[in-house]
Amino acid sequence: MQAREAFASAGELAERLRGTGYLADDALATVAWLALRLERPLLLEGEPGTGKTALAEAVAQALDLPLVRLQCYEGIDATQALYDWDFPRQILHLRAVEAVAAQRTTDVAAVEDELFDERFLLARPVLRALRESPAVLLVDEIDRADDEFEAFLLEVLSTWQVTIPELGTVSAATPPIVVLTSNRTRELHDALKRRCLYHWIDHPGLERELQIVRTRAPHVSHTLAEQVVTVVQGLRTDRELVKPPGVAETLDWARALHELGARDLDLETAAASLGVAVKYREDAERVRAALDRLLAR
Amino acid sequence: MSTATAHAPDEVLLAFARAVRAAGVAVTADRERTYLEAAAQVGLAEAQTYWAGRATLCGSPADLERYDQVYAAWFGLDRVSRRSARDRDHPLTQASVEPAGTDGTGPVDVEEDETVRARASATEVLRHRDLASLSAAERARLATLFASLRPRAPRRAAARRAPARRGAVDARRTLRAQLRRFGEPAPLQWRRRATRPRRLVLLVDVSGSMSGYADALLRLAHAYAAQGLPVEVFTLGTRLTHVTRALRQRDPERALVACGAVVPDWSGGTRLAQGLGAFLDRWGRRGMARGAVVVVFSDGWEREAPQALGEQMRRLRGLAHRVVWVNPHRGKPGYLPVQQGIVAALPYIDDFLAGHSMATFEELVEVVAHA
Repeated sequence: MQAREAFASAGELAERLRGTGYLADDALATVAWLALRLERPLLLEGEPGTGKTALAEAVAQALDLPLVRLQCYEGIDATQALYDWDFPRQILHLRAVEAVAAQRTTDVAAVEDELFDERFLLARPVLRALRESPAVLLVDEIDRADDEFEAFLLEVLSTWQVTIPELGTVSAATPPIVVLTSNRTRELHDALKRRCLYHWIDHPGLERELQIVRTRAPHVSHTLAEQVVTVVQGLRTDRELVKPPGVAETLDWARALHELGARDLDLETAAASLGVAVKYREDAERVRAALDRLLAR
Repeated sequence: MSTATAHAPDEVLLAFARAVRAAGVAVTADRERTYLEAAAQVGLAEAQTYWAGRATLCGSPADLERYDQVYAAWFGLDRVSRRSARDRDHPLTQASVEPAGTDGTGPVDVEEDETVRARASATEVLRHRDLASLSAAERARLATLFASLRPRAPRRAAARRAPARRGAVDARRTLRAQLRRFGEPAPLQWRRRATRPRRLVLLVDVSGSMSGYADALLRLAHAYAAQGLPVEVFTLGTRLTHVTRALRQRDPERALVACGAVVPDWSGGTRLAQGLGAFLDRWGRRGMARGAVVVVFSDGWEREAPQALGEQMRRLRGLAHRVVWVNPHRGKPGYLPVQQGIVAALPYIDDFLAGHSMATFEELVEVVAHA
């Protein structure tokens, strides 16, 4: 339990996260710290590109724990999340035994036992996290998975153990730190939400985003960083955009402009590198038209 | 905490949790317990208990807003300064509808009660529908008619492969069958892609020009929703309203009453393009419309620029697996698709159907099942 009690207060956790380059505000730090203390999974929702996944990575790094990531998708099931048997290798093993058995008699039961041995077990993320625990288990984009998978995940998250009929029960000595992220494409089931601490991550304000850019891309000149952040913040207030740029896009754009040799943002380079921040044709046209106004500020 | 002078802190916190529940947030007993545990961990500093409660008692952005309001009322502290930018940028309450031009339809502010605050104009009519106008005999007749419909969800290929009588050779099952026979050759086993139901999205225009059909169309939607198929239903008028939850009830009458209660713009004007845009921004692009069969029930009367409708239909077509447009007027003799809206939308429609009678509904059910 050392990892969970490594921090006496939320402030300490925020400090350590800052050390890894992740700037968490009071709210996020408090909630994350509580998740550690109460041994609860942390459910993060928010617009794409607000740093939900990055938080899990930062926590893993701050605590020096392995990060096990489970990317959810439509149709994901237990064999992809938990474990599977390596069937081809089992067959190969049988053939080998057959070949050896031609010379001397073998114990059939022993051979069968060998078939469901550790070495034929393919551990998938959830099982891996339970075994390697203390670890950070990131269940990314849980809203993409189906309801059935949610129910199954609920079971694992409440008991912290997985039963493999042939091998026995694998349970975590210490529950892994679990972070779930969702883009809210559908409402998650209440039973799962109830297990978790909930937090909505927002786009950061000007100050914080500027700090983030300075921390994550220190080589970018200060004027450039400031201008990029101002423009992006301006873009986010434009409700007509199909997809307002997230923090990830801000960082990419600042880095791209730096690579282009820009020291400050001018209309020409901004327009040329716009594709880094804005990924829809309709948006690009709109933003290009508005760049004048945004840069004038 | 200054308010806690007369009571033990846990009493105050528990009472606060109850107040949050009374405000409509689903606070269960285990959430209350977690809240107390969390508060015990963070201590009783004001900011910390605020965040502890927010994380443990809430479960959606709509809950956060209610939580903030109760917090302000309970502890007499205005948290506005600490509230996130999102709340300030997009007010979540629906107390008033701002005039056009000041604020558009944002993707986030929808979550309050799943009603999109589309731009209001002076002509917006907010009316709840009256179901009492139907006689009991008419209701019974309608119910039997719609009960005879057998809606099926369209199918799509799943990632999984399932045993089948034909397809590709299933090496694993073949080998397993062989193992069961101690290595003796066994009949070949086959497998192929399993199928699963494809998501279905129904967008029902409930504006004035569709008022004669809206009731029947919602019954049709209910026939899909009540079966537990993966279907999502929205009504379009001057606003976009998510009515799936209301329609999930088994009894069609109750479902329609519940639906009537949540739809604020019954028989009002139409802002088809805007409603469609709101659907795509808030739900469609994030996953609901992706690979789905989308059925739009509308006559295509678009008051505003028809080009905008064409543009939104193009976006929809880019996301959806198949776009079906059902126009009740299409079944009338001499109908020509000349309304500007429908002309703009036609290039992006896969199936253009009529929807004015039970026979056409049956046809629609077939088209959807094979989409």
